[in-house]
Amino acid sequence: MSAFRFTRTPIEPQALRAQLADPSCGGYAAFEGWVRDSHEGRRVRRLEYEAFEALAVREGERILAEAIARFGVAHAACLHRVGDLGIGELAVWVGVSAPHRHEAFLACRYIIDEVKQRVPIWKKEHYLSGDSGWVNCERCAAPAAEASAAPASVQHAHEHGH
Amino acid sequence: MAGTPDRAHASAPPLYGLVLAGGRSTRMGRDKATLSYAHGAPQLERAMALLARHVQRAYVSVRAEQSAEAVRARFPQIVDALDDIGPIAGLLAAQAQHPEAAWLVLACDLPLLDEATLAHLLRARAPERTATAYRSSHDGLPEPLCAIYEPRSREPLSAYVAAGKQCPRKFLAGADTLLLDEPNPRALDNVNTPTEYGSANDTLIRESAVQAKHLTVQYYALLREQAGRRQEALQSCAPTPRELYAELAARYPFSLAPEMLRVAVNAEFADWSTPLKDGDAVVFIPPVAGG
Repeated sequence: MSAFRFTRTPIEPQALRAQLADPSCGGYAAFEGWVRDSHEGRRVRRLEYEAFEALAVREGERILAEAIARFGVAHAACLHRVGDLGIGELAVWVGVSAPHRHEAFLACRYIIDEVKQRVPIWKKEHYLSGDSGWVNCERCAAPAAEASAAPASVQHAHEHGH
Repeated sequence: MAGTPDRAHASAPPLYGLVLAGGRSTRMGRDKATLSYAHGAPQLERAMALLARHVQRAYVSVRAEQSAEAVRARFPQIVDALDDIGPIAGLLAAQAQHPEAAWLVLACDLPLLDEATLAHLLRARAPERTATAYRSSHDGLPEPLCAIYEPRSREPLSAYVAAGKQCPRKFLAGADTLLLDEPNPRALDNVNTPTEYGSANDTLIRESAVQAKHLTVQYYALLREQAGRRQEALQSCAPTPRELYAELAARYPFSLAPEMLRVAVNAEFADWSTPLKDGDAVVFIPPVAGG
């Protein structure tokens, strides 16, 4: 089974954590991304995630392999939700086990940062006001409306951190 | 696979093929045998595939130190015995190994070489002459590196090299060579420099653009909503994803400029200038927002 996966049902971190257990590991670090009720000052009612899964799994696997090679951790995994999510639900889980805590923290941070930048997953926010928008796409789609047209880069990552 | 021999050639010596990949690619600065053009495969692989249809056996000619290189290692090899005498070393080594055969010799730097040019050479082959070759559309001299050398060429060729000469063009000009006119005057343009590479590649992209390709396009997120569909099958002459996106943007109210998108072909990230092939599946990737 791939260590980078998608799911349409709620994520259960306890079960995932057990898969990383290893007698040689003294440290485990995990990151959970939750659905927040606001974004850039707007009240969010619910979220919708969509992924280009064939490529996303390949790119996600590459990120996990990079984290293992770079930080020398023992195991790394990531599960991302797709579909409709309510406030407080778990959108993404990253788990890493390693001989020592330092590498586990670094690898966990690396994986979530890279996933947000590189993996073809999209998020649509539905606001309390009734309208909705694709994060990172809508404002950029109308650069003329902005006073200063920032140069668009290929990566094009705004900061939309959890 | 060997083609059906013409009846006139029933008693002709067997035809083997040799792709010359022993060059040093000095002017190109990169190995010409492993360069890929708009047709996708490394040039050596493409030349071997073109050749294989017409000959009983096909070999790649290499210098000893090149034999482990990954693309060359895929094919049966004949290693040069003499160094620093240019392409003629490859032919001499092949003739030494199989003196009974005629050799269809191809350079590996002919990206515009087409099936029609090879087929015409094969049909016109004159086994009773020393060689069959094309007359260059540029200078009227024989083109030595897309030519058939009959077994009878072996002794004069060895003597020619023994006399300190190494120009295969002059050898053919002085031998009993049947010279043909090229059906496609650019087919034998060889590519030695990055500039020539760019020009040959542009020609191939233009040619592929003439033919409509069957493509599938999948849409995600904002593009899915603006296209009003998840995917579609279409025919397009777009040579690369760049023109394909422009074509689709004229049909759908896409608000995202191409500079904000990435592109994937067959479920792998690709460059905007990747040549599109029949059957490709293309996805334009809006700015991502996972996590």
